[in-house]
Amino acid sequence: MDIRVQEAPFDLGHEVEAFTDRQVNMGAVVTFTGITRDLPGAGMDRMEMEHYPGMTERALTKIAEDAMARWDLGDVLIIHRYGVLRPQDRIMMVGTASRHRAHAFEAAEFLMDYLKSRAPFWKKEITKDGSEWVEAKDEDEAALDRW
Amino acid sequence: MDVLYFAWVRERIGIPRETLDSSATTVGELVEELKAREERYAAAFADLSALRVALDQDLSDFDASLEGVREVAFFPPMTGG
Repeated sequence: MDIRVQEAPFDLGHEVEAFTDRQVNMGAVVTFTGITRDLPGAGMDRMEMEHYPGMTERALTKIAEDAMARWDLGDVLIIHRYGVLRPQDRIMMVGTASRHRAHAFEAAEFLMDYLKSRAPFWKKEITKDGSEWVEAKDEDEAALDRW
Repeated sequence: MDVLYFAWVRERIGIPRETLDSSATTVGELVEELKAREERYAAAFADLSALRVALDQDLSDFDASLEGVREVAFFPPMTGG
């Protein structure tokens, strides 16, 4: 398990290669990457991602452990950034490795659903007209029900 | 105990953290104490359905006990990913 909470950018290609290279006898690697979107209209200057140091690492570790317990996984990777992000920046990524494709896909979705509403991050969008905290969506909370 | 605030809760109250001497035995009682202090607290805690609480860095509830708790954090629903 590899859990990283960092301000610095990460190299997506490098991380996918490194995660894949260190697996032994895993037939499947699934990765997901979150990218900062621009906003329609005014356009976004930047997003500021706030987090709760200490709890963030705890929450991500718990989510990864839950995934490892539930699916047949060889490994889990979570990288999540905080601080200032610009449109097109990579915000976060998850990776799962399994002997079975279905397990790798499902576990990656589980990680993403829990990351959205159980990891202590808060997004603020800043445009030239002002700033606004991003509100949690009901559908993100509802997405947890299927697990 | 240490009380931490994040996102708009932090902005509304105006500080990221403070250390309090409180006689509250539950989170709910602590919230009532804070609301009674100043208008900025009352504004931040006006709608508890818009807030989440963590005790010693684990998500919890507003009726949870504060016994043995060292760190309480208040924040809006999380928006990670």
